[in-house]
Amino acid sequence: MNELAIKDLLYKLADDQLILGHRNSEWTGFGPILEEDIAFSSMAQDKIGHSLAFYTLLQELGEADPDTVAFTRNANQFHNSQLVELPNGEYDFSLIRHFLYDNAEIIRFEMLSQSSYEPIAKVATKLKGEVKYHVLHANTWIKNLGSSTEEAILRLQSSLNEALPYALGMFEKSKYEQELVDTGVYAGEEAVKAEWLKRISAVIEKTDLKLPDLATIEPKFGGRYGEHTEHLQPLLDEMAEVFKIDPTAEW
Amino acid sequence: MDLTKEHILTLLEEVKDPEIPVLSLVDLGVITGVEVSEDDHVTVNMTPTFAGCPAMDYMKKDVERTLEKHGIANYTVNMTFDKPWDSNKLSEKGRQHLKEFGLAPPPKYDLILDLDILEHVKCPYCDSENTDLRTPFGPTLCRSMHYCNNCKQMFEQFKPL
Repeated sequence: MNELAIKDLLYKLADDQLILGHRNSEWTGFGPILEEDIAFSSMAQDKIGHSLAFYTLLQELGEADPDTVAFTRNANQFHNSQLVELPNGEYDFSLIRHFLYDNAEIIRFEMLSQSSYEPIAKVATKLKGEVKYHVLHANTWIKNLGSSTEEAILRLQSSLNEALPYALGMFEKSKYEQELVDTGVYAGEEAVKAEWLKRISAVIEKTDLKLPDLATIEPKFGGRYGEHTEHLQPLLDEMAEVFKIDPTAEW
Repeated sequence: MDLTKEHILTLLEEVKDPEIPVLSLVDLGVITGVEVSEDDHVTVNMTPTFAGCPAMDYMKKDVERTLEKHGIANYTVNMTFDKPWDSNKLSEKGRQHLKEFGLAPPPKYDLILDLDILEHVKCPYCDSENTDLRTPFGPTLCRSMHYCNNCKQMFEQFKPL
């Protein structure tokens, strides 16, 4: 099995979760209601735990330890999609991003739980149970708010339109895509995207929101190959600020 | 000393969940295997409840401390996802302890999570099922928050996973 292909897959899985975990943590103390403050903080903790599980698999393949990998790379070495690095914006944008992201994430984990690469299959089997709570949370709020007041519907629709090109960027193919599919490691981005579209459509149909025709939208690609928006580097600088004061400190 | 799997499991009964001190790690279901080799090397395999649970590292160290306290110096404690945890792995004794602690135990379920199993959780104080889910996220990753319409109290549930 091609180790470079596996590493590429692990980096994109881990980096998505580390970066979105950090964004979620920025809601701590600022949530619109206490329960949402706790929800985004809990999801932050989950996602950072999930990134650790994948960074640990990378370490087993010879990469540096998880802290070094998380805290010492620059933006152009990260493989996350641009969707997860965008600033939180207002609550409606964070909620839409959470909905679009986690509905894709759970499909990745479901498919990876069948992976021919056993270490990934084991981790994915565990994590898919946890991400169910994230999906349940997102879908419940989108259904409730997406058919509530005029302001809520307008705000969510506007955030949906803004986030979709980035959400489609999540499905940017790896240069090892065909190999990963052929060897049964990963079902591939096309398969994830097709299932994702079905699931998000089923939720959106229950609301007053409209899903634009995805064929008319240009995806924001580049994230998987280290091309990022201007928002990622400041996020990394802040995340690693304490670590970099004394990288050898014992915690 | 008679080193057997059963003996080690009895020792590990002493190690409690640091956030739920009535619950032993054995009853929590995170001890997934104990082996004693012919040369008396003890291997304990553990698995996390939630991957992001900050208490797991502490629990692992607690297992190591407990083995040492009982004179076992030749040991390995592994944390793996080989046998992933789910809430059905909580023992009956563990469920009873949770309820006495004021935490609703998770229902045994078919591992298909939907809203139905989170609504109408039995209140650990008055046993009423006239309760509502307030939020699936609570003070720790493994707890959800509910309100009992009968005894008018908030309560927490150890989440089904």
